[in-house]
Amino acid sequence: MTNTNATATTTGNTVTLRYFAWVREKIGHAEETIAIPAGVVTVAELIEWLKTRNQVYAAAFDKPDVIRTALDQTHARAETKIGSAREIAFFPPVTGG
Amino acid sequence: MAIRVDTADFDISAEIKSLTQGRTDIGAIVTFTGTVRGKAGDSPITSMTLEHYPGMTEAELAKVEAEALARWPLSASLIVHRIGELHPGDNIVLVITASAHRHAAFEAAEFLMDYLKSRAPFWKKEARPDGTSDWVDARESDSAALNRWQNNAGKPSR
Repeated sequence: MTNTNATATTTGNTVTLRYFAWVREKIGHAEETIAIPAGVVTVAELIEWLKTRNQVYAAAFDKPDVIRTALDQTHARAETKIGSAREIAFFPPVTGG
Repeated sequence: MAIRVDTADFDISAEIKSLTQGRTDIGAIVTFTGTVRGKAGDSPITSMTLEHYPGMTEAELAKVEAEALARWPLSASLIVHRIGELHPGDNIVLVITASAHRHAAFEAAEFLMDYLKSRAPFWKKEARPDGTSDWVDARESDSAALNRWQNNAGKPSR
């Protein structure tokens, strides 16, 4: 289900970022806490901002179309607004079953 | 209705027994078991490690199960998914569906697997005999399998 609950302003919101599978391996850690920077509203904008942090993030998010996102443990899309989410996860397309 | 994420193996007959104990309304039980293949394409693998997203996994499996229940008259169901390091031949996933009649049980089991494969946050990493390993890529056919259930309550188009 896509998270559409996103009316609150996100700037300055403190969130936990979590990484799984090869995204975690590329980033080098499983989670971290950040403050959502000014101007970042959607998942896609957060990914673009993360890419500007350093080479490691730039490489991990090099192909955003193969990265999936969850807001508060619910599947989200690139255009989904971060809103008041507390936990944002990035991972490859799932391969269970 | 139950879901479980576990490092331990499962015993299919024990699971059926506990699911159906004391029930006389059930006339059909379908089980699906997914197991580890010894090859990825043409290359042998030595192990498969399953990672998941604790919390979200359980939430997604519960949603998938609730969706199946809304579409078919199920008497009982169970999803068990293993995590951790597995080896060729090992069990990975178990789906059991029980209903008064077989069609609902067959279709719901297939639906649960299709949804699980494309929505539940699990990731597989395969290790090869030379010590290298790679994350398994998602298959286009898995999302195609999911799409056939869209707008078709309980009736997949084939």
